[in-house]
Amino acid sequence: MNLSYRPLLLGISVLAFSAAVLAGGNHYFAPVADPVVLEECGSCHMAYAPSMLPARSWKRMMGDLGKHFGDDASVDTQTAARIERYLVANAADTGGRQYAGKLLRGVAPDNAPLRITELPKWLREHREVSAREWRHKEVRGKANCVACHSEAARGYYDD
Amino acid sequence: MSRFNIKTLGVVALILSTPVAAGPRDALLTQYAAAAKVATPAFSGFSAARGKTLHSQNFAGGKADTPACGSCHGNDPRAAGRTRSGKAIEAMAVSATPTRYLDPAKVEKWFRRNCNEVLGRACTPREKGDWLTYMTQL
Repeated sequence: MNLSYRPLLLGISVLAFSAAVLAGGNHYFAPVADPVVLEECGSCHMAYAPSMLPARSWKRMMGDLGKHFGDDASVDTQTAARIERYLVANAADTGGRQYAGKLLRGVAPDNAPLRITELPKWLREHREVSAREWRHKEVRGKANCVACHSEAARGYYDD
Repeated sequence: MSRFNIKTLGVVALILSTPVAAGPRDALLTQYAAAAKVATPAFSGFSAARGKTLHSQNFAGGKADTPACGSCHGNDPRAAGRTRSGKAIEAMAVSATPTRYLDPAKVEKWFRRNCNEVLGRACTPREKGDWLTYMTQL
């Protein structure tokens, strides 16, 4: 090999590596940093990372907090506006794109899913988890990321 | 000089004689008591015993999967509870979680949501006061 190609190849491999990391290959989703969002969205369940759903999903969700997956999660209008602003700005297709990676693959642009656990990519990543494991008393369903991903609150979702 | 001291003493005595600047919890209870009195002129104070009953009884008017406060909070307010999605809830008793009920807006927010879900209606000021009394005295 011609020696002069070496720096170029090195550069390309560094770029490829960074791309892989930035594309979400490392299972990192920046956790919620806004204290109000953390408090309001993290009382009943973990405050899910905004980069786990597209902006249109967050807008749809914030439009019906009175019936939030069957529960009354309503907040005053000022608080709701602040939460929505944060979620929309850091969503999977806006500011949180670098964390979302391929999370939105297979989600139609006119579809605004409300459940992270129904995204095709999420389903694929969790296909090996059995029904019995989801029912385990320390897990209690798919909403409880922390039960298995002990570092989820810090943004890390490695196995 | 001695006049100054007497004056100072007077001010200190005045401060000490005022009921200890009731914290947010007492302010809430005072507010609930006033509202309870308006609703029922015969109202004669909150009862931790009634609060305990309220906390532990089952209601039929709310959501089927949360018939009681204990559905999520557990039956012993001094112990942690757990939401239906699996997240731990810090104990409700002030003796176990001293930071509870210091933000009136937060207290009202949760009464609004939870009374609606468990009882199927808003809680009355007397119910709120009874329950809060139970949680602060436990």
